[in-house]
Amino acid sequence: MVDAQIAVRPIIGLEIHVQLLTRSKMFCGCPVRFDDPPNSLVCPVCMGLPGALPVINRRAVELTILTGLAFGGTIATHTKWDRKSYYYPDLPKNYQISQFDLPLVSNGHLDVDVGHGEHRVRIRRAHLEEDAGKNVHDVGGHTLVDLNRAGTPLLEIVTEPDLRSAEEACALCTGLHRLVTYLGVSEGNMKKGQMRFEPNVNVAIEHDGVEYRTPISEIKNLNSFRAARDAIDFEIDRQVAAWHEDHSYVLGSAPNENRGFDADRGVTEFQRDKEAAQDYRYFPDPDLVPVNVSDAMLNEIRQSLPELPDARTARWVKDHSLSVEDAATVVGHRATADLFDAVISAGGPPAIVIKQFVNVWLSHAKQRGVTIGDLGIDPERMAELAQIVADGTISKTAADRVAEIMLARNRFDAGTEDASDTVTPSVARTLPTTKANNAARCPSPLALAKELRLLQVRDTAATDVWIDEVFAANEQAVQDAMTNPKKRKAAAGFLRGQVMKKSQGKADPKLVGELIDKRLTGSA
Amino acid sequence: MTTLDEHTVRHVAKLARLKLSDEEVRAFQEQLTAIMDHFALLDEVDTTGVEPTAHALAIDNVLRDDVVQAPLPTEQTLRNTPARHGDHFQVPKVLNQESS
Ligand SMILES: [Zn+2]
Repeated sequence: MVDAQIAVRPIIGLEIHVQLLTRSKMFCGCPVRFDDPPNSLVCPVCMGLPGALPVINRRAVELTILTGLAFGGTIATHTKWDRKSYYYPDLPKNYQISQFDLPLVSNGHLDVDVGHGEHRVRIRRAHLEEDAGKNVHDVGGHTLVDLNRAGTPLLEIVTEPDLRSAEEACALCTGLHRLVTYLGVSEGNMKKGQMRFEPNVNVAIEHDGVEYRTPISEIKNLNSFRAARDAIDFEIDRQVAAWHEDHSYVLGSAPNENRGFDADRGVTEFQRDKEAAQDYRYFPDPDLVPVNVSDAMLNEIRQSLPELPDARTARWVKDHSLSVEDAATVVGHRATADLFDAVISAGGPPAIVIKQFVNVWLSHAKQRGVTIGDLGIDPERMAELAQIVADGTISKTAADRVAEIMLARNRFDAGTEDASDTVTPSVARTLPTTKANNAARCPSPLALAKELRLLQVRDTAATDVWIDEVFAANEQAVQDAMTNPKKRKAAAGFLRGQVMKKSQGKADPKLVGELIDKRLTGSA
Repeated sequence: MTTLDEHTVRHVAKLARLKLSDEEVRAFQEQLTAIMDHFALLDEVDTTGVEPTAHALAIDNVLRDDVVQAPLPTEQTLRNTPARHGDHFQVPKVLNQESS
């Protein structure tokens, strides 16, 4: 379909809706919850009854400003609220409260990296608005309306068309998801529709030195990263093919379109021409007075802005000599990263703490479907476990076993009472969720190691006995290690592993290595 | 005097989901023109040096804390609806809805 003389350059911008993590709705006190019985979270304000007065949720404003600061945006000192005409019964007021010409945040940027270096994507604006309820279509020839979601605070973020591929667009979506969940401004639950994407896509086609631009398609309401990527990829190909078929398929000659994405078939489908686009007739909402952001308010929110993942990674690399890869496994989840810092502060040697986070704690947390913080092990205990490995009191293998017992005892003793809140609704002010009452219950790793007889044995005689047994049971490996240069390394490694296993992790790996090497090279 | 052209009247009617006969278009053209002219009086006010405002009241920052209040009991919410289906409002079928 694409011949050699043409070059295709996709031009992509994104509108992203993020549901903010508030307890109550944007303009009324109704709770924000998912999956409640229909129309059970509704009041005169979000039902749009005449005479009901909306009042702005302060937290939603703060969360918007916090997000804006995090992506380097400019926070408006003066902002107002506008009515945007809307014709569907899931917002029965006949309008949506939004922000038109004075958004809370303008400008800013996010960087994406899909493997060829960082690329800066400009953010045009971010504003607050209210979500619609839900229409259930086609029930006995009628539409059914549930207003529970109506009035939920949404942050709409609009980028400039700086994205150059579906992959970059997808990276921006995931990057923003990481940011808002890290900041705690959104739960970011995709299954609950808490993040929705609307890409604007067209392509610049260079053909014999002339550039053609196809009309812009806006793909509506995508609710997964994958759908965003697939829809954009499809749309790029479709537009190029449409231009090949008819060279008058260009901006100005053919209309811009709204398109929907059918995820099952992987195609975008025409919805309507933008030429027929409704005139939204924005006008200032007389029910709501403007919001002026004072320096004091801005400073207070700025204070609550946490150290962001990039800065944190840089600090860990510099201060703790972590590798960027290791840091990346921990830094993305705020509570986990906070806990890591707490463990280091408690005296944990960073090189070992990071390995234990990744290989021990994280895998235990994953098995249980929780985060490391939810395991209920306090940072002092985690630090101690890393220390006793660092000073050779126990081996890494023994540490794994101790960790398991710590968790088992902790669970057993703690019972089931702390089905903890995994999401903290407040911004930034919440520090890691170490439950003070666990400190007393969580057993000391050193005491456990003693109790379980896991203290490392650096006794040459005892170690020799284990080696004797392993060598006797694995003659072929011993043979390979001594005579076959190709297999020597692997065989020696295998033997060391067997000795560690035989010792139940108590042998000192260094001593084991030395003793085995001596025997294999015949210098024993 | 600003005379609203027929096209504008038809456009406004379309936006308001109103179907007008040709006669009605002419009638509204006249009436709307009169209304627009009346408001055009405001153009005569000298606003040099007056800061634009989006609101008639000299107040701002009326915000509430993020505190949950009890929603209405569902029965009360649905009490005045002409048609319901279980706990849903039932309305005429919506066609071709686009997201907000
Ligand atoms: Zn409400």
